[in-house]
Amino acid sequence: MDMFTPVSASIGGALIGLSAVMLMLLNGRIAGISGILSGIALAGSGDKIWRALFVLGLIIAPVLVWLVSGEKPVFQMDASWPLIVLGGLFVGFGTRLGSGCTSGHGVCGLSRLSKRSLVSVLLFMGAGMATVAILQLVLGG
Amino acid sequence: MKKNLTALMAGLVFGLGLTVSQMVNPDKVLSFLDIFGSWDPSLAFVMGSALAVTAVGYFVVGKRETPLFAEKFEIPGKREIDAPLAIGAVLFGIGWGLVGLCPGPAISALSLGGLKVIGFFAAMAGGMAIFQFTKRYWAGES
Repeated sequence: MDMFTPVSASIGGALIGLSAVMLMLLNGRIAGISGILSGIALAGSGDKIWRALFVLGLIIAPVLVWLVSGEKPVFQMDASWPLIVLGGLFVGFGTRLGSGCTSGHGVCGLSRLSKRSLVSVLLFMGAGMATVAILQLVLGG
Repeated sequence: MKKNLTALMAGLVFGLGLTVSQMVNPDKVLSFLDIFGSWDPSLAFVMGSALAVTAVGYFVVGKRETPLFAEKFEIPGKREIDAPLAIGAVLFGIGWGLVGLCPGPAISALSLGGLKVIGFFAAMAGGMAIFQFTKRYWAGES
């Protein structure tokens, strides 16, 4: 399917960690993307702009990599439209109900040795792996 | 305001990390989740590396009384492992496995992936809104 890329994965991971530490040191906040995103709509007025700007930074970043490297970052999304809509609904609802996603529970929560985050990570990783396995069976992969 | 500028910087660095590591590529994410098929363990290195940097960074930052540009640290205080946490994580994992996008990459990929990513993002925002409108039925939410 894909090539094994441990070096770029580790560099990228370190940047994600750096961002999480920056947001904590500078602004005192957890870098939990689902929480930051939903807070644009839900947080108090003095608390919306930094969230929107964090999200803007996320959107600009791939373009920056594209400009600097001269190559469009690899992007391959094969899911059909029904799966895209269903998946989006599940990700949105699930991350709010479960108070976090890969960043908030995965990176920040585990780094704080939060038991809630450990449970969350084990469950969403397990559910994700089971879903892919079942899809492969159903689609005959 | 300083905290707005620092948030933009942090978002940019986070997005660079997602791009360089290929977390923004659903195909790459799905091949990480495909442990019974052609498993590509690369994304375990993203998590491992991010955790190492964050754990050390949080330890150092934790010695401070306050952050640089805010009055206090805002840390989730909840401890108990309850049903909303577990059910939410499972639902999120199913959605992640169906498409290969979690919230951060779904946002970053808006500048890469065209209509399908916009559709996923809209559905994700819809899922968050559904939670918001029904949350009084889910005891223990936060």
